[in-house]
Amino acid sequence: MPDQPDQPVRDALTETLAHQVLGRLADVQGPYFGEFGGRFVPEALIAALDELETEYRKALGDPAFTAELARLHREYTGRPSPLTEVPRFAEHAGGQRVFLKREDLNHTGSHKINNVLGQALLVKRMGKTRVIAETGAGQHGVATATAAALLDLECVVYMGEEDTRRQALNVARMRLLGAEVVPVQIGSRTLKDAINEALRDWVANVESTHYLLGTVTGPHPFPEMVREFHRIIGEEAREQVLDRVGRLPDALAACVGGGSNALGLFNAFLDDEGVALYGFEAGGEGIDSGRHAARFSGGAPGVLHGARSYLLQDDDGQTLPSHSVSAGLDYPSVGPAHAWLHDLGRAVYEPVTDDEAMEAFRLLCCTEGIIPAIESAHALAGALRVGRRAADDGRTDQVILVNLSGRGDKDVATAATWFGLLDDEAAQAAQGTEGDK
Amino acid sequence: MSAATSPVGTMPVASATGDRIAALRAEGRAALVGYLPVGFPDVERSVEAVLAMVDAGADVVEVGVPYTDPVMDGPVIQRAAEAALAGGTRVRDVLRVAEAVASHTAGRVPTLVMSYWNPLLRYGVDAFARDLAAAGGAGVITPDLIPDEGAEWIAASDAHGLDRVFLVAPSSTPERLQRTVRATRGFVYAASTMGVTGARSQVGARAEQLVADTRAAGARDVCVGLGVSTGDHAAQVGRYADGVIVGSALVGALLADGPWSARIDELQRRTADLADGVRRARGAGPVAAGRTVLAVDDSTTVDPTSQETSP
Repeated sequence: MPDQPDQPVRDALTETLAHQVLGRLADVQGPYFGEFGGRFVPEALIAALDELETEYRKALGDPAFTAELARLHREYTGRPSPLTEVPRFAEHAGGQRVFLKREDLNHTGSHKINNVLGQALLVKRMGKTRVIAETGAGQHGVATATAAALLDLECVVYMGEEDTRRQALNVARMRLLGAEVVPVQIGSRTLKDAINEALRDWVANVESTHYLLGTVTGPHPFPEMVREFHRIIGEEAREQVLDRVGRLPDALAACVGGGSNALGLFNAFLDDEGVALYGFEAGGEGIDSGRHAARFSGGAPGVLHGARSYLLQDDDGQTLPSHSVSAGLDYPSVGPAHAWLHDLGRAVYEPVTDDEAMEAFRLLCCTEGIIPAIESAHALAGALRVGRRAADDGRTDQVILVNLSGRGDKDVATAATWFGLLDDEAAQAAQGTEGDK
Repeated sequence: MSAATSPVGTMPVASATGDRIAALRAEGRAALVGYLPVGFPDVERSVEAVLAMVDAGADVVEVGVPYTDPVMDGPVIQRAAEAALAGGTRVRDVLRVAEAVASHTAGRVPTLVMSYWNPLLRYGVDAFARDLAAAGGAGVITPDLIPDEGAEWIAASDAHGLDRVFLVAPSSTPERLQRTVRATRGFVYAASTMGVTGARSQVGARAEQLVADTRAAGARDVCVGLGVSTGDHAAQVGRYADGVIVGSALVGALLADGPWSARIDELQRRTADLADGVRRARGAGPVAAGRTVLAVDDSTTVDPTSQETSP
């Protein structure tokens, strides 16, 4: 960071314009993405964020680090993840060709492992011994607990009490892996409150502890660093689509909670003007209902958890509770790079309701034998919409690439209840402890 | 008040809080800065509580804006903030506290607003500075705003003649201490420990060194907060710091069960105990030249009284 005492504020706009003129969108670095991002955190954390940024930049330039990460991707995660064409599903998408980037087939069942392994290797380099993480659906918590076991790190995962009930199986999974799971019982008891609690822990223990943040939000350098660790998704997919179809896709579809899987996919295509980018937010019960997590449709710029971005807030700047059938999208803010892409008009963000997502969830199960995470089902519903819209415009030659960011094992109980697939007793058992509380 | 168009840093701006601390220094003691949130248990009674705290010996008022995501606060202040929000407390309600304190003390006791950044951003940074100044408030403490991100606030606080209290922590590097000191007006808030607000059995061992380091970086007035809760703590911190900031211990008195009058009594008892602590800290009576009492000050190479507090 420049140290100019009398001009302490970096000129974000100038920086971004310079990037736009001189470089590629895919290479824009923090702390600002346009007018978004920054470091709105207590001073106590600044030294740790500076250390992290320094270590991360050194690591990216260190062949030993990149080689070790590549080895883990290959031998531990199972990368590259496959690209699967889904023709029976695609019949419902206006007859376009639909491909799934199969991040659900990664070890631990989602894209989250990409970022976690990268950060966990950084933790070792920094000589820290303890990691903390927040989790919503439990996917990031499971991935963090996994990496902590692999690399011998103490691990504490903060999870909203509401989410520990929705995702009881993932709580057990994290505990099996040796992590301590702390249910957070204040505020809305969901992901945002888990992040608050993780930040409080980090302030108190920053010398021994790394906050292994799970998405492209938070103070700089997290939004940029987490994007870097996920950019492999889009880089692989780009090559795979070119290889399979002989050209770039027409549209990408990804779900957007914090936005890490979406940014990981989008990044390799940001500078391909012909590729339309679609991010699908949780529309919950509909924007008009007020029960949703659609920051672009129902929010406004503001600051939460260290970054300036779009935010669900009331007219007093208080964070509004979000809602989604999917715990992983149930977050009132969004990564600053998405806010930037939104305002640039480079990516389009649309809400997908709980109902639409669950219909797409079932459709993929029945037509392709793949059970997606409910988060990813929002991307699938979005792909159906994009495909049908193109067909309505008379185009049926579109190639749509969907990031299937996670698998749906964790969501079977929710889906069984949603679709009434079990009798009452079995449904109660499937919901775990929920019936008891 | 300076003209609304004055650019950043071109004009020295008086500091209500700095003046108050200087006056107390002349009396030979540190300031007692007492924190309470507006709106707990409701706006009316929170105003009453703040005035009771002032009557019992708080030298500077810190009034908190309740916020949904207070990442620098421990459980006590979180609980009070949650209740205040549930009761419909608004950001603008802090202005009533500032007005009440100014009128109750004829302007003697400065009121600083403690707010996380988003509520002020949403209100409008300049509009809030304007309204706070008009209400007789002294300035704002910003726990999640570092000077690096503070251009808009620095301009607004200059334009409306308000103090801006930034924080330093034991983890702050010398460069960051300097940057923060330069941007601060009123006093520098030194976090005694790495952690969130809340009563602790003892004050962090790194507080004294941090105060010395902050002075070495150019600060005149440095107040210590986080984990200061008893008169003995205040006496200990008041030996080396220019002010002692107490929050959770006072809020805790209001969170207790029992009738409101008994909670106010307890609040005043704790405040008086703390006020006694800052008076005991450096022995009785005025001292000739500020902080001359302690051995720790010998390690400070910069003469703090010669430093400008304006950037």
